[in-house]
Amino acid sequence: MLPNWLARPALAGLGLSPGYSFILYLALIFNHNLNFLQFTFENILILFFSLLAVFGALMMVTRKNPITSALYLILNFFCVSAIYLLLRAQFIAIIQVLVYAGAIMVLFLFVIMLLNLHDESKLSEKITYKKLSAILISLLLFSVLAITVYFSYMNKYREIHSSAETIGTIEVIGNELYTTFSFPFELVSFVLLAAIVGAIVLAKKKFD
Amino acid sequence: MGINYFLILALLLFSIGVAGVLLRRNAIIVFMCIELMLNSVNLVFVSFSSYLGNSIGQIFVFFIMTVAAAEAAVGLAIIIALFRNKETINIDEINILKW
Repeated sequence: MLPNWLARPALAGLGLSPGYSFILYLALIFNHNLNFLQFTFENILILFFSLLAVFGALMMVTRKNPITSALYLILNFFCVSAIYLLLRAQFIAIIQVLVYAGAIMVLFLFVIMLLNLHDESKLSEKITYKKLSAILISLLLFSVLAITVYFSYMNKYREIHSSAETIGTIEVIGNELYTTFSFPFELVSFVLLAAIVGAIVLAKKKFD
Repeated sequence: MGINYFLILALLLFSIGVAGVLLRRNAIIVFMCIELMLNSVNLVFVSFSSYLGNSIGQIFVFFIMTVAAAEAAVGLAIIIALFRNKETINIDEINILKW
């Protein structure tokens, strides 16, 4: 851990760089990309669901109770599934709800129930340099990646491809999955088998 | 609405996931943040798939979801085993491997 007199200026320097790039990024978006504000019905739906997804993610990170976090994560998964539907990926949207919001989150809730964590307050801590620098680092990551992505795709891919509605169906994906990708498909079943065996071995109480 | 919008949304979700992994001390919530990050990568795959008109991105999403399910099962089993041995899932107290 850094001493106090060194940690403060180091953090200030770390904090200024993502702040500047974030402001630069926002200015760029509102200067250049005004046609993104066409309020068709579909765009309003996309905006609504993406705001709700970000809200769910933020609440998931900030809530103290793990069950509340899990429920907000389910909200986020449903919103992302709606965004998949608006991107014309029907099969993936259904699988998202079934696998993520259904199977994986039920597993999480079961584990939370099994562990019986009585004192939640011990896990939370007051704001420290560690917390502050974690927020700054993630903000820095976001601004660096966002600027890169923004300049790379500034004038490309303005519209969803005209064949997008046909490629998202179960028929097309299943056809591709069982012909071109049949070998990876089989390999994935081995991954699942290994996961099942591993989970049982790890969670077992004693070996006989 | 261009592809930029969806990519930035995915980046935002990914950064929130990174912040959660760095901030939280509860191992289950750290795990949920990893799921969130995987999910945002899936969003990038799907948006590229539909803006390029190519279905391979969606097949990759299928595989990523399978790996995420496997990872969740094994990870939660590890958390249960840890809790059984140490009576805690605070990741600051689980430091036997730290040298």
